Amino acid sequence: MSNKSEKSSSALHPETTRRDFMMLSAASLAGIGAASAMWPFIHSMNPAADVLALSSVEVDLSPIQAGQTIKVKWRGVPVFVRHRTPADIEEARKVDMKELKHPEADESRVQKGKDQWLVMIGVCTHLGCIPMSGAGDYGGADNGGWFCPCHGSAYDTSGRIRKGPAPRNLDIPKYTFLSDNRIKIG
Amino acid sequence: MANPPKSQAPGIIGWIEYRLPIFSFLDNTLGSKYPTPRNLNYWWNFGSIAGICLVMQILTGLFLSMHYTPHVTMAFDSVENIMRNVNYGWLLRYAHAVGASMFFVVVYIHIFRGLYFGSYKRPRELLWWFGLIIFLLMMATAFMGYVLPWGQMSFWGATVITNLFSSIPVVGESVVHWLWGGFSVDNPTLNRFYTIHFLLPFVIVGVVVFHIWALHQHGSNNPLGIDVKTPQDTIPFHPYYTVKDCVGFGVFFIIFSWFVFFSPNSLGHPDNYIPANPMVTPAHIVPEWYYLPFYAILRAMPDIGIPFTNIVFVESKLAGVIGMFGSIIILFFLPWIDRSEVRSATFRPVYRIMFWVFVANCILLGYIGAKPPEGIYLILGRIALSLYFLHFVVLYFYSVREKTLPLPESISKAVLQQSAHH
Repeated sequence: MSNKSEKSSSALHPETTRRDFMMLSAASLAGIGAASAMWPFIHSMNPAADVLALSSVEVDLSPIQAGQTIKVKWRGVPVFVRHRTPADIEEARKVDMKELKHPEADESRVQKGKDQWLVMIGVCTHLGCIPMSGAGDYGGADNGGWFCPCHGSAYDTSGRIRKGPAPRNLDIPKYTFLSDNRIKIG
Repeated sequence: MANPPKSQAPGIIGWIEYRLPIFSFLDNTLGSKYPTPRNLNYWWNFGSIAGICLVMQILTGLFLSMHYTPHVTMAFDSVENIMRNVNYGWLLRYAHAVGASMFFVVVYIHIFRGLYFGSYKRPRELLWWFGLIIFLLMMATAFMGYVLPWGQMSFWGATVITNLFSSIPVVGESVVHWLWGGFSVDNPTLNRFYTIHFLLPFVIVGVVVFHIWALHQHGSNNPLGIDVKTPQDTIPFHPYYTVKDCVGFGVFFIIFSWFVFFSPNSLGHPDNYIPANPMVTPAHIVPEWYYLPFYAILRAMPDIGIPFTNIVFVESKLAGVIGMFGSIIILFFLPWIDRSEVRSATFRPVYRIMFWVFVANCILLGYIGAKPPEGIYLILGRIALSLYFLHFVVLYFYSVREKTLPLPESISKAVLQQSAHH
């Protein structure tokens, strides 16, 4: 760099020197480096490979009577598998969508032609408690609803939120029918 | 380099002091060279009692950690092993569990003392902030400690509280999985909670250093809330307040011991003696008593939107979380919300009433937090929640208008006048 250009640049910014530039860029680079080095520490707290590996489970549906709900453990949380009665299904389908906090048709919460099988993650969408099966004010004739004892959320025979602080319907996990009597969750 | 002393005083103390001025440091900090307002009452004992609580928790916790196993299959049993087999294990554990409750009692009184006498006001805003940070750290530490015995309340308390973070828009679920190290509260969660529970008390010690440092910059506030003007307004911390603090320690340890030896489980929940079961939620989850007012706020928040429509801006779950954290965050702004020039409520007749209403309301919130969130309790909860925040709104507008009583000329004048009356 010539003497002349140096003079003119320092005339524009009398306080700025090449040393300032070096200081700033070195400090920024060190800062970015230090921040990036945080990632392995943060990511180490995410679910580990062994936790991720336990992510599917098969369920035999044949012993589940109509009107019965079983709990299956999947990824550390319970999954409700309910064999719904005709009254449950009727109750779920006669509801006006406008009454729902989180509007979802019952048909979209079960698989086609398998209307009697309701498979849901048994974790309240409010703060993660496990709702009680066969309780609450929205279970219809066969008590097919759920009620969360922690903060009073009630779910209907389709697992939809009807009362209380929970924001969403009970979540539906990914599952496939391996045969008429067997499903794979996850 | 500070000025090194020119000569060495005789004796061992002199030898050490010449190389490391630790004795003069202590004397300046908590000794005869630390001038303290001469009119401090017994409400000023609670800072040093809180310090004793912190030391006790670290000490009992350290020895408990030598026998505890942070694994989901062994944690509950290792705690029972401490209770039954470890020499004095029952004493260590009960002192640690009761100690946590006592620590919160003491700190709540310490905070309310600050609120009554205006200790948060200029120039002690940072001192107040460090105190609030300590309080937040204490809440986090106590929460994680309660998870460690891995009983039903441990497990479900951990589930409910970590799920609070799922209300964060967009990234909520990822954050919760990150906190858990999995898809539910499980072994990775227990392990990290143990590590963090061990670490945080030392972080608290660090913040306490800043708290005391900031305290020493302008010295203690006092019941009159007026500044120290002359040396006549002060007395040395040692022996006057070291002795007064010891009286407080004695009373404190009597109460503490009564709980440890006669009623160690009365401040806990019996369900925590049932081993954690991820498949069954207890019928009624209640946090430890010291969180109850905040738990009440969490549950009382309704959906926030346009009334009589389905339009909701903030659903009640997120609103509850914002309300709960907001109830503490707002205290950080208190030095600017309260615009009165007068510190002590002694000279603020209206603020004095507001203060006691605020205290009563906090107790009411605590009572509601222990009840199921339905019917009358839900309505009461919403009223109490509104009152909590209304206090600060009223304070902001009224504090500049309040007709305060005349302040005494100085601390020493007021003290001498008072003793002349007797």
